[in-house]
Amino acid sequence: MRFTLAKATLLRHPLRTGLAILGVAVSAAMLLDMVMLATGMQVSFRALLVRQGFEIRLTPKGTLPFDTEARIARAADAESTLRGMSGVRGISPVLGATLHIVRGDAAAAVFALGLRPEVQGDYELVDGRHAFAPYDLVANDAFLMKTGARVGDTLTAAAGYDAQLRTYTARRRMVVSGRGRFLYLAADQAAAAVPLATLQSMLGGADSDRVSLFMVQTRPGTDTEALRTTIERAIPRATAIATADAVRTVEERLSYFRQLAFILGTVSLVVGFLLVSTLVTVSVQERVGEMAVMRAIGVSRPHIAQQVMLEGLAISVAGAALGLALGVVTAEYLNGILRSFPGLPAAIDFFVFDAGAAYRAFAMLIATAAVAGAFPAWRAASLPIATTLRTEAVS
Amino acid sequence: MSDHQAPLLRTVNVSRDYPLAGEIVHAVRGVSLDIRDGEYCAIVGPSGCGKSSLLNLLGAIDRPSRGAVELRGRDVSGMSDRQATDFRLRNIGFVFQRFYLMPMLSASENVELPMAEAGVGKRERRARAASLLSYVGLGVRTRHRPSQLSGGEQQRVAIARALANRPALLLADEPTGELDAHTGREMIALFGRLNADGTTLVVVTHDEALAQAAHRVVHMVDGRIVSDESNGFPTPPGGSGA
Repeated sequence: MRFTLAKATLLRHPLRTGLAILGVAVSAAMLLDMVMLATGMQVSFRALLVRQGFEIRLTPKGTLPFDTEARIARAADAESTLRGMSGVRGISPVLGATLHIVRGDAAAAVFALGLRPEVQGDYELVDGRHAFAPYDLVANDAFLMKTGARVGDTLTAAAGYDAQLRTYTARRRMVVSGRGRFLYLAADQAAAAVPLATLQSMLGGADSDRVSLFMVQTRPGTDTEALRTTIERAIPRATAIATADAVRTVEERLSYFRQLAFILGTVSLVVGFLLVSTLVTVSVQERVGEMAVMRAIGVSRPHIAQQVMLEGLAISVAGAALGLALGVVTAEYLNGILRSFPGLPAAIDFFVFDAGAAYRAFAMLIATAAVAGAFPAWRAASLPIATTLRTEAVS
Repeated sequence: MSDHQAPLLRTVNVSRDYPLAGEIVHAVRGVSLDIRDGEYCAIVGPSGCGKSSLLNLLGAIDRPSRGAVELRGRDVSGMSDRQATDFRLRNIGFVFQRFYLMPMLSASENVELPMAEAGVGKRERRARAASLLSYVGLGVRTRHRPSQLSGGEQQRVAIARALANRPALLLADEPTGELDAHTGREMIALFGRLNADGTTLVVVTHDEALAQAAHRVVHMVDGRIVSDESNGFPTPPGGSGA
């Protein structure tokens, strides 16, 4: 009967109930978005760093990947040392450099990654084929837009520029073999992947045996930290960074986001609490006479309070369900806006849906709302019957 | 007095005082009253004489400042709120001047409300609600909401609700106060039928016709009983409820 009464009471004022549900939904959506934001970048960065299973990254001593123009010298020797270590399963060497795509008198500067397609973890192929042949090139959308090229086109790429002669040097004809999405680069950065040997050859000189970075896969059961230390000792001209450490560093730097998200999430909980509390209080104030009569005919205080709390709970649950859908849609929209921020890796998401965190947040919202209804409910159920009936009769 | 002649309801020197604007109002002063099973008693008196306050004490929805109220030998005035609530649920039926039906429930659901609280199963309470509404002449209006019923019909629903848990005692506070004369007469006839079927009734009223229909009329003035007269009806020794 309590459910019947609660439902009938809510339906008695459909507009008010609808607005309350909408209010709770907005609050719930905001809470969900804050939860997604608090964990999103962290989860996204972690996923990005552990993608393809590269647990250790080797960079020039004292630098972060592509932080500077520095490179690891005697790359072949370093690679050989790494392959000799029992904990190493796979190695992906990567060389970063600027290439100029020459078309007539014009040239477009692009960022090129020299790598081995069979072990690479830097791009996802969207269309065409990997850059297996020495003259192959996989480009991203920004590259294709900047150069006006399409998959299948032949281009002239130059690795150098002679300022005196005003001419591009170290040229090579290359074919756009495929289109890719470069995970660690910004979406608006024109980039291309070419075979490592090709790029080393084009750069020539000392750079023919240099790389910017080694990405290392470990064997299952390997002590990553011990291997990292071993690598640093064996190759002193490089710094070895475990992905776990990198993730930790990123997480520390994202603490501001988490704090902001926590504050805003708390605000939305408070808003939800106040909304339900206000609605229940108003509803109860209108019905003190009814409640006094219910007590007079023998309905107990706890049952009256439960009925009122059920009303608050129904609004919260309905609002939370609607808020879930609203929050996901809003997050998708906001994510799209934030991802277009210049310089951010294309694979980074700001809002990542974590089902467990979302459900915990909603459970908290619903519990908060239930508590919000409890006090006005109990207060109304505790009014003196005779006095209340007399007051109602007079009014 | 033997058990079957013991009063159903007894008040022993009950008083009720209220603080009001810095003063104490003595609404009920030292009232001692016995109501027997099957009796039909009207309490009359001028406005403010304490009739409704006395009724509230009889129905355990208020506590006396002094004295005791006993129903079937149990002192209800000393009960906790939970005990008193449960006691009212199973032993006392209330009919109010303003009906006080739940506006969002149908007639049947209003009658079912006390039964649901008493733990009666859905099927049984639905059947009993239908039976009670038929008894009060509303068998075809079970699904109507109070807003779809006339004043008299609403009061009939309220009476059916009051009878839901087969109470030992039915208390009515100005049951014809909001009704027109014709409907009021119908209500008086219904009360008469209820009592004839064995329901013990205590009615507070300004309505002379209703007071005349009762077996016994208790006059109150200024919180005290000033007279307690039989209307010439024989007082039954006991009876069964509706």
